[in-house]
Amino acid sequence: MKRQENFKNQVRSIYKVLVVSLIMVFLIGILGIIYMVSPSSFSFKSDRPDTKMITVTEEEDDWDKVENGVHLRTGLKEADGLMAVVNNCTNCHSAQLVIQNRMSRERWVETIRWMQETQNLWDLGNNEEVILDYLVTNYPLLKKGRRENLTDIEWYTLNE
Amino acid sequence: MKRRHFVKRTALGSLAGLLGAEIVFGANMPDNYDLLGLQDPDPFKLFGKDKEMLVLNSKPWNMEAMAHLLDDKVTPNPYIFVRNNGKVPEDIDEKEWTITFDGESVKEKKTFTLEELKSKFKHYTYQLTLECGGNGRKEFDPPAKGNQWDIGAVYCANWTGVRLGDVLDYVGIKSDAVYIGYHAIDKHLSGDPTKEPISRGVPISKAYMEETLLAFQMNGEDIPLVHGFPLRLVCGGWPASTSGKWVNRISVRNKVHDGEKMTGSSYKVPCHPVAAGEEVKDENMCIIESMPVKSLITYPKSGAQLAKGKKLNIRGHAWAGELEVSKVYYSIDFGVTWSECTLEKPANRLAWQRFKASIDFPKAGYYEVWARAVDANGESQPMLVPGWNPKGYLNNACHRIAVKIV
Repeated sequence: MKRQENFKNQVRSIYKVLVVSLIMVFLIGILGIIYMVSPSSFSFKSDRPDTKMITVTEEEDDWDKVENGVHLRTGLKEADGLMAVVNNCTNCHSAQLVIQNRMSRERWVETIRWMQETQNLWDLGNNEEVILDYLVTNYPLLKKGRRENLTDIEWYTLNE
Repeated sequence: MKRRHFVKRTALGSLAGLLGAEIVFGANMPDNYDLLGLQDPDPFKLFGKDKEMLVLNSKPWNMEAMAHLLDDKVTPNPYIFVRNNGKVPEDIDEKEWTITFDGESVKEKKTFTLEELKSKFKHYTYQLTLECGGNGRKEFDPPAKGNQWDIGAVYCANWTGVRLGDVLDYVGIKSDAVYIGYHAIDKHLSGDPTKEPISRGVPISKAYMEETLLAFQMNGEDIPLVHGFPLRLVCGGWPASTSGKWVNRISVRNKVHDGEKMTGSSYKVPCHPVAAGEEVKDENMCIIESMPVKSLITYPKSGAQLAKGKKLNIRGHAWAGELEVSKVYYSIDFGVTWSECTLEKPANRLAWQRFKASIDFPKAGYYEVWARAVDANGESQPMLVPGWNPKGYLNNACHRIAVKIV
């Protein structure tokens, strides 16, 4: 008897909770619809700046865009073999590391072997020649001698 | 459309939390605008660096200072160079941090929490010069592989921590110990979890030097993340790569540590001098220990023009690895004549030393002011780029600035 009474009580309370939840869901739904139809109804601040719509036309080749002979995303020069370099040489390190290093073909080969042996670089296959040609053509060795002149001096007046 | 704005505002809120800063005018941001924090993070904000710092590499992050940024006696964080071999770790919980001592030559493996390390051992603070072994690499001809550092991969900050020697004594090391090697939590660039980006070390004698610290503070504050938070091994006067960041393990070795960048040609120079461009076998390469004597003119910035008859007051810092600097000279005639600068004593051993001079120029024209330091053993900086080596280390050639008298 007592157990039955208990059971009824439990069902009653679950019923109550269900009804309340349904009403809540219904109300939230209505609020949602109002927000979708007229979002400004929820804006309590009148001084909020108007947000303008800006249409940006995305160009399809944006990711690999080249401007003034420079591949924008990496800073590499546009030339034969560019994408082979981008795709094989900028996964682990940035292209800045490639650009700032000037090496002979032999030293680049050594560097590639070192990366393959110790840094998990994959076999470059036919791309290896393409990459080497690109590097030695576009970033050739520069003679520096024992000490270079100071360059790019920004002159300014020193007042002490 | 508006729904997107709602989503954007919410996303901006969580992004602000992520970046640790409010995104001002976020509500006015164009829809297709990508925040730097999501794409290519702004390293200056990320690491608290000055805008004039030069970014050499964004993957991994490498940045250096220019000479005039290093004018402070104790270098503040915005001007401290960033050198990484791997990825900068994230989500470090200081309270969970431990450091383990292991290796062939410990009597027993031991682990300390950061709190234990701080409470068990006495704290010391030293001002220590840390210079990248490859600082000045860009001047070598033929060029050497790697980040082409100019002159700014050096600084001298205050480090607070416990002496590594005290901890080694507590742990107990065997009589056959010759080297210690550090291990850290940073990840290899390739993402390979079995690879360590760098794991270098020092001989036991250097490990036991009073100034060799397991540091938890830089310049009186928690170490900035990019400089090794929460724990860094600091070995002043040696290539900065021996000062391991994010250290969680020290191995006491019965042989020269053979971790990543200890072998091959890394941080090594030919044991015997070689001609420029010569090939050197790995077995003929010797590990760099103390850094050589060097100096920087940190004031004025290169390019100063001043009126004829005015004196030019220059100042800078000089350092010499394990040694003290005994003299600094300047020349305004490309080394024909040298005059002595006044030179201060270091704040402590292994700290750089301030030098100053007041210069008169005889007539109008273009000048270069060259500085040349001499160490306690009488060894001087060369005016030319010193002995070529395959990896381009240890260029301690004199620094110079351009001056015009008008």
